[in-house]
Amino acid sequence: MTKRTKIVLMLLSLAVISMILSGCKQDKPTLYVYNWGDYIDETIIGEFEKETGIKVVYDSYATNEDMYVKLKAGGSSYDVIFPSDYMLTRMLEEDMLEKIDLTKIPNAKYIEERFMGNEYDPNNEYSLPYMWGTVGILYNTTMVDEPVDSWDILWDPKYAKEILMLDSQRDSIAVALLKLGYSINTLDLDELEEAGELLKQQKPLVLAYVVDEGKDKMVAGEAALAVIWSGEATYGRMENPDLEYAIPKEGTNVWFDVMAIPKGAKNIEGAHKFMDFLNRPEIAFRNADYLGYAIPNWGGRALIPEEISTDRSIYPEEEDLVNAEIFVNLGQTLRDYDRIWTEVKAH
Amino acid sequence: MKKSSAMIPYLVWMAIFIIVPMLLVVYYAFTVTTPEGSTWSLDNFARFFEPIYLRVLWRSLALALVSTVICLLLGYPVAMIMAGNAFTRKNVLMLLFVVPMWMNFLLRTYAWLTILERNGFLNILLTRLGLPQINILYTSTAVVLGMVYNFLPFMVLPIYSVLSKIDKGVIEAAGDLGANAVQVFTRVIFPLSLPGVVSGITMVFMPALTTFVISRLLGGGQFTLIGNLIEQQFLVVGDWGFGSAISMVMIIFILLSMAIMSFFEGEDKEATLW
Repeated sequence: MTKRTKIVLMLLSLAVISMILSGCKQDKPTLYVYNWGDYIDETIIGEFEKETGIKVVYDSYATNEDMYVKLKAGGSSYDVIFPSDYMLTRMLEEDMLEKIDLTKIPNAKYIEERFMGNEYDPNNEYSLPYMWGTVGILYNTTMVDEPVDSWDILWDPKYAKEILMLDSQRDSIAVALLKLGYSINTLDLDELEEAGELLKQQKPLVLAYVVDEGKDKMVAGEAALAVIWSGEATYGRMENPDLEYAIPKEGTNVWFDVMAIPKGAKNIEGAHKFMDFLNRPEIAFRNADYLGYAIPNWGGRALIPEEISTDRSIYPEEEDLVNAEIFVNLGQTLRDYDRIWTEVKAH
Repeated sequence: MKKSSAMIPYLVWMAIFIIVPMLLVVYYAFTVTTPEGSTWSLDNFARFFEPIYLRVLWRSLALALVSTVICLLLGYPVAMIMAGNAFTRKNVLMLLFVVPMWMNFLLRTYAWLTILERNGFLNILLTRLGLPQINILYTSTAVVLGMVYNFLPFMVLPIYSVLSKIDKGVIEAAGDLGANAVQVFTRVIFPLSLPGVVSGITMVFMPALTTFVISRLLGGGQFTLIGNLIEQQFLVVGDWGFGSAISMVMIIFILLSMAIMSFFEGEDKEATLW
């Protein structure tokens, strides 16, 4: 080894050691938060830090599955995560979550009664709802002049190559199941095959299967109809006044993104404080105002301008949701969903 | 070559990041998880040979092949121009090929979305010129375009590196001995450049076969390729066994294609980029 390589190696190891050591420095308690990308008004984090003296390290993910894989792989430790309903179930089944202590979250009282005790967590032992919404159709009123109130319109040849579907197996199969009048959580293979057939018939009419790009495509007027999550629809409608959002009469999927504490969390105390903070009415309001998603917090909703908080496409009432279902984890049947979805896409 | 202690870090690195993950893939591919636990099984492989998955495989192979051929047809002349003497601004050309690679791959692919969409740059341009609009976004054409655009440098650079090392004396000798330009190319230049062509083909074909971002963004999710299928198994379905089995089939395909390639490569193995 020459002298120079030795020096380089020494410098490198010094750098590594100093990195490790600086990671160990614990002058302030730290809270590791793992949330969806752009899913919080970030000024709220600063306020929380100032008020509690807890330093927040904020990371984000793009899909439930990314988050799940990262936590499952171990090596990372987060204190608060924001999985969706079905992912919460999956994580519960795999014993990946800590129980929460509701007595430490007094602001949970602001959460509407109808959003507590959902199927995925009947006693709210592990989670509190953060945001909620529906799946519906976003349409451009300059291209669609008939009323949109049914999933059937997505099979209308008039709109060939003007339709955007979600590139998400559960959601797209759910649309077909709803059209057929079946449960979106069906375990019946015949019903699933029927839904698959329907999606194959629809494929020639579909412009593309998209996820995040959907709202931008609609804003740009690239398509007439899109299956979309309600929060994204709100964004789209703000950007382009020609867009309208409808929840079809056959029913919809009501979804929740919840707050939970994963096993291995180091700052459980802080995690409770953070959840409590987010449920403070004015904080919940600011989040809703920033994101355009519906909050389950009535205290916060009361602060939202009336034209939004009474807009039933954003805040549907119970009677609008009679046919709505929450996704449940399907276990092994998920593989059949996957096979059918692959058949549709490979068709 | 004497084994020295300097090898140890590399061996450790390879063991941790290559050997162990590979063994894990093999393990998952040959096991199925049932509620009772996991057992050894060939089910994952059997499942892959169902018609729908074969169709996905076939489509992936076809698109990758088409992209590779186009890359070769476009890339070879460019490499020749860069290696030849006629063009004096070689570095500029080289830079033009390399600079886009410094930008994020995803960003470049997203840029194609805005170029190709219905009210996008291309159609605005065509309308201005009084030409009819074209809608190729979300078709297999767009997917091939995306692949060719992204992988072309991987074809050009190895061919260029081989061509630029060919002894000019050989070419002059061929001319002196009466070969015309076409003969010089087919009998001398091209055979000598084969190692570069082979490594170019491998470097384009492999990523083209396994890409999932290009097919999702530019294909509008309608063109499920093998890469999408693998991604789905790991991220959405959580069926690591099946995902690993598909990955192993892919590895076999890539090994096969490399074996075929090295058969064509002949003796001269020095000048490749590898």
